[in-house]
Amino acid sequence: MSAFVLALTALGLSLVFGVMRIVNVAHGEFYMLGAVLAWACADAVGTPVAGFLVAMLVAPLAVGALALAADRWILRRIDYHPESTIVATIGLLYVVQQAVLMLYGPDARPVTPPLYFKIEFPWFGYSGYKLVVAAVSALLLGATWLLITRTRLGLYMRAAQQDLEMAQAFGVPARRVYALVFALGAMLAAVAGVLIVPIEQAHYLMGLDPLLLSFIVVIIGGLGSLRGTLVAAFAVGLSDGIVSVFFSPTLAKIVATLLVAAVLVVRPGGLFGEERA
Amino acid sequence: MSTGRKILLLHLGVLATLLIIQFALPPYHHTNVARIMVLAGYAIGYNVLLGYTGLMSLGHAMFFAAGMYGAGLPVYYLGVGAPAAFGIGIASGSALALVFGLMALRTSGPSFLIVSMMFGQAFFLATLYFNEITLGDQGFILSEKLAPLRFGGTALGFHEPAVKYNLALAIFAACLAASLALRLSAIGRVLIGIRENEERTRLLGYDSFKYKLVSLGISGALSAAAGAGYALLFSYVGSTFATILFSIYPLLWALLGGIGTVLGPLVGTALMFYLVDTVSGVTSSYLLFVGAALIALILWFPQGILGTARSRWLPWLP
Repeated sequence: MSAFVLALTALGLSLVFGVMRIVNVAHGEFYMLGAVLAWACADAVGTPVAGFLVAMLVAPLAVGALALAADRWILRRIDYHPESTIVATIGLLYVVQQAVLMLYGPDARPVTPPLYFKIEFPWFGYSGYKLVVAAVSALLLGATWLLITRTRLGLYMRAAQQDLEMAQAFGVPARRVYALVFALGAMLAAVAGVLIVPIEQAHYLMGLDPLLLSFIVVIIGGLGSLRGTLVAAFAVGLSDGIVSVFFSPTLAKIVATLLVAAVLVVRPGGLFGEERA
Repeated sequence: MSTGRKILLLHLGVLATLLIIQFALPPYHHTNVARIMVLAGYAIGYNVLLGYTGLMSLGHAMFFAAGMYGAGLPVYYLGVGAPAAFGIGIASGSALALVFGLMALRTSGPSFLIVSMMFGQAFFLATLYFNEITLGDQGFILSEKLAPLRFGGTALGFHEPAVKYNLALAIFAACLAASLALRLSAIGRVLIGIRENEERTRLLGYDSFKYKLVSLGISGALSAAAGAGYALLFSYVGSTFATILFSIYPLLWALLGGIGTVLGPLVGTALMFYLVDTVSGVTSSYLLFVGAALIALILWFPQGILGTARSRWLPWLP
């Protein structure tokens, strides 16, 4: 997984955890939905460029709407209780995954990249589409950053993160903020799915790996810390490649998973996060 | 009738019923009930941690699978007999649970959940990575390597339905007895204190870390016993039993039957087993149903069947 795409996915998870203090186990399925919708758009539209552009619009909107519905009909009803939320999002994971299996089938399907050029360096070639992925991701990461630091919604989000009751006392519409944050997190994952699908194929089980990787990123970066998440995403995105050069991918995954679990044990707030009781 | 008497009669009655119905069950349900009893042992082990101590784990499949591999590998490679293999299985699962607990219990809440999920996933990946030994997700079959149990002159082969059923019942009975004894013991009351309010329990002078570790050890041992039993009785060991899905199943079973009730895991496992069995006859996407059941339970029925029964009609139900 490209470091940029990983950063987008993990940022969505981190945002939801940071503001709402809940773990969304279904996050990987939002990413998978984005990828599958990208395939559907490419299939329906025909030309790769148009299909890509339509998917960039349709996928996040559709997945965002699904997330809003899940927030409204499930999460709000259980009052965002941490353990119940996890059970509910596990349920959501299977519902989404199996619905896709029924409608889309068990095959992995490729999508043609919207543009095809290679940048030729004397020593290696670099696919142009990966540059597009990097550019779009960087743009979205920057936009999210601005949203959080510069807008009223961002202020509300930070207020809800720091002290929910106090924020509500000052008139922050907590429910609407929660719903929007949950939808925004899902939309980031969906866009990541759209971006990755010309590189990796769309498959109904593709959500688990990004979920675990996002956990890894969010934990290393510090739970709920935006800057930490970005730094960690690039560190993990790069190291995933480096580590798998030396070991088999399976062993790399085992080692990475155990190391991160160890990080969480030693520093519950994350490697670069603030210490929390 | 005193409460203690009622509790004892109820549980003995359940075991007696299970003992008797084997003579009435048609062959298909005979095997199903044997499977349900072993899996209910697993759900009971899960419930010790979640229901009594309030710790939710998403990696319990590693204990079940540790029991499974701990029992299966010695049989397959060394020709070890069933009783010793069963013991090795339980020892493996308990040891894993204690080592895991020493690390993971330093975290709490969502962090514990994520850590347990990651350890579980690492264990699953390890069963794939060492596929020369474990044969990965293809797994291996024990029936040809497993010597029958011998009592004097009589040999009891594991392929015989009656042997399967009664050994499954024995495993279930042991798990149920352990769970009930723990629930009624002083340790059990401290664990429930931790579930309700850990801060306050610590303030009363109980070392909550130590109690949580004991609870995790018992939970791991019971889960491993079920795993070892499953491997020996149903003759198959494979990494599918270490996937995240197998960590989620006991959660679903306990939730349906009633988290924190002694008999809830049996009720939940039996109902869910037959529901999944029926649904998977209609569609191959039966996991959709599993997911919907999780959401529906947590939204409208969080206490489960026996939890609701306890709060409405039977306040004495353990």
